[in-house]
Amino acid sequence: MKPIRLLLAAVVGALLALPGATATAQNVQINGAGATFPYPIYSKWFAEYNKLHPEVAINYQSIGSGGGIRQLTNQTVFFGASDGPMTSEQQQAAAGRVLHLPTVLGGVVPVYNIPGVTGELKFTGTVIADIVLGKITKWNNGAIAALNPGVPLPDLDVTVAHRSDGSGTTYIFVDYLSKVSPEFKSKVGVATAVNWPVGVGGKGNEGVAGLVKQTPGSFGYVELIYAIQNKIPYGSVQNMDGEFVKSSLESVTAAASVAAKQMPKDFRVSITNAPGKGVYPISSFTWILLYESPSDKQRSKIMVDFMKWALTDGQKFAAELGYAPLPAEVVALEMEALKRIKV
Amino acid sequence: MKKTPSSRRSADDRGFRLGTGFFAFLVVLLVVGIFFELFRTSELSIRKFGFNFWRTTTWDPVAGQFGALPFIWGTLYSAILALVLSTPVALGIAIFLSELSPRVLRTPLTFLTELLAAIPSIVYGLWGIFVLVPVVRKLEIMTPDWLKKFPLFSGPPLGVGMLAAGLILAVMIIPFASSVSREVLKAVPATQREAAYALGATRWEAIQAALRFGRTGILGAIMLGFGRALGETMAVTMVIGNNPRISPSLFAAQHTMAAVIANEFTEADTDLYLSALVEIGLVLFVLTVIINAVSRFLIWSVSREVKVKVVATVAPPAPAEPEAPGAAA
Repeated sequence: MKPIRLLLAAVVGALLALPGATATAQNVQINGAGATFPYPIYSKWFAEYNKLHPEVAINYQSIGSGGGIRQLTNQTVFFGASDGPMTSEQQQAAAGRVLHLPTVLGGVVPVYNIPGVTGELKFTGTVIADIVLGKITKWNNGAIAALNPGVPLPDLDVTVAHRSDGSGTTYIFVDYLSKVSPEFKSKVGVATAVNWPVGVGGKGNEGVAGLVKQTPGSFGYVELIYAIQNKIPYGSVQNMDGEFVKSSLESVTAAASVAAKQMPKDFRVSITNAPGKGVYPISSFTWILLYESPSDKQRSKIMVDFMKWALTDGQKFAAELGYAPLPAEVVALEMEALKRIKV
Repeated sequence: MKKTPSSRRSADDRGFRLGTGFFAFLVVLLVVGIFFELFRTSELSIRKFGFNFWRTTTWDPVAGQFGALPFIWGTLYSAILALVLSTPVALGIAIFLSELSPRVLRTPLTFLTELLAAIPSIVYGLWGIFVLVPVVRKLEIMTPDWLKKFPLFSGPPLGVGMLAAGLILAVMIIPFASSVSREVLKAVPATQREAAYALGATRWEAIQAALRFGRTGILGAIMLGFGRALGETMAVTMVIGNNPRISPSLFAAQHTMAAVIANEFTEADTDLYLSALVEIGLVLFVLTVIINAVSRFLIWSVSREVKVKVVATVAPPAPAEPEAPGAAA
């Protein structure tokens, strides 16, 4: 009996102590929800920011971009986060003007598992589109062979692995393919979940990585960091200038620098298939979404301060977590845009 | 209690009856509430697609075209496959444990079987991805060409697909079917067996008699497992390949209703899309009700035939709920 009672006392004590401790140390709590892709860096940021400002606790739920936009619209959270910009309809549904603030960048890479091929394969956008459309069914297809002379491509069926869950990763990938292949655009289109003509679906980046790793002859797409972590070979992709570029933090940031030159005022820009030297074509921003004139001035002020910190000091945490930091031009534009938030 | 006036006793009784009746009524309220809410939230989709939702095969969020047939197909296919695979095993376990097992083995074996039910579904899924799927792929590669000509075994060897899903579901529902069947067999009166032995029956024949006696209960146990299989989500989505296309093949990647809700709910960005996903939940709910009704009828007709009453337990599976926020990667 005794140890049980002791344990009970300890549990009850802990339960009582917890909320008490947080209530005294943190006076402001801000809730946000949205994309899963930037979750690791966001949670790092919120933790680091909390070290600097112990009175502020920012709480982020990675429920998916679509969910984040929905909750922001319903004003159940203070800020949202998304891997794809809000559509015009979504903006109209929102309870005010929403500011899109790019935070970091990510790249999506084509991964494959071909027995006997360990090196890097070269792809063009149209070849990738034809593979996922089911038009290229064998690895020794002429179109792939022509890009990769000397690589011993086997007479093996291609198995396409895609995301089964709705995902910002899918959005970036199909956004790129729709730009380079009119056929893909008309047959599949752009969304976080699409009607794939062929292939098998894996849940999450890790699901697709698992499928590709295990299935000989498979082709899939994952965030760069997952390919590196799972040691899956990933290919280079031809950019608009005709170069074959491998995804890296530099080549992804390069895509954003080019985009910065014609950045629209609302930052709602797709940087897939961006022109320029050394640019990796399947790159994208991920955004934090804030209302421009919120009713809660106190929280708004804190969020603006947080964003300023994240865009400057916070950027140094990006690389170690596999994200490409924002180019300086974009940061400067965003600092200007933050003034639009009325606090 | 002796001294209690009868009026007070009846008041107590009435209170007790009202109390328990209220709890029983809560269940009814809950089921009706779930149905109503599913119906209300899927109204947009119901109005747009009508009955076509049940019989079309395109699921295209971009174009706003939603048809549930591939998911209905995949759900029923995987659950029936699991039933076919698990029933002999579950019955074997139940018979061994209740009739044949030495006493020393009985408790540990019972415990281990029931432990299967306690393993979280995500763990089954991970085991499926890393252990079961590679084995299934090897089996599929080994399949001789003449066999592959049958639609049931056609298609490339992916590993993930209907067969892997059926196998994992079978393992998951074995404990339900076997432990309830075991209880049913234990409840068969000893006189039944004694009578069989007295007539000179062998052990096998005596067991047959016991099985016959308890068959309504056993049928109920099997249907309980079937209900579980219909609603299972996480383990299935991890191994089935999540491809909404109808195929008769065991080797093909397919999809289920519960899996599509779990997969796509978080990112469903248009009202129609969300509504269509909720309608999938409604379809699953309705199918579950129908299947339960059919199994009740089966049990009823069997029990009427043998004129014995063994309580059959058929619990409805939990209707598919959207995944908890944050569960999706």
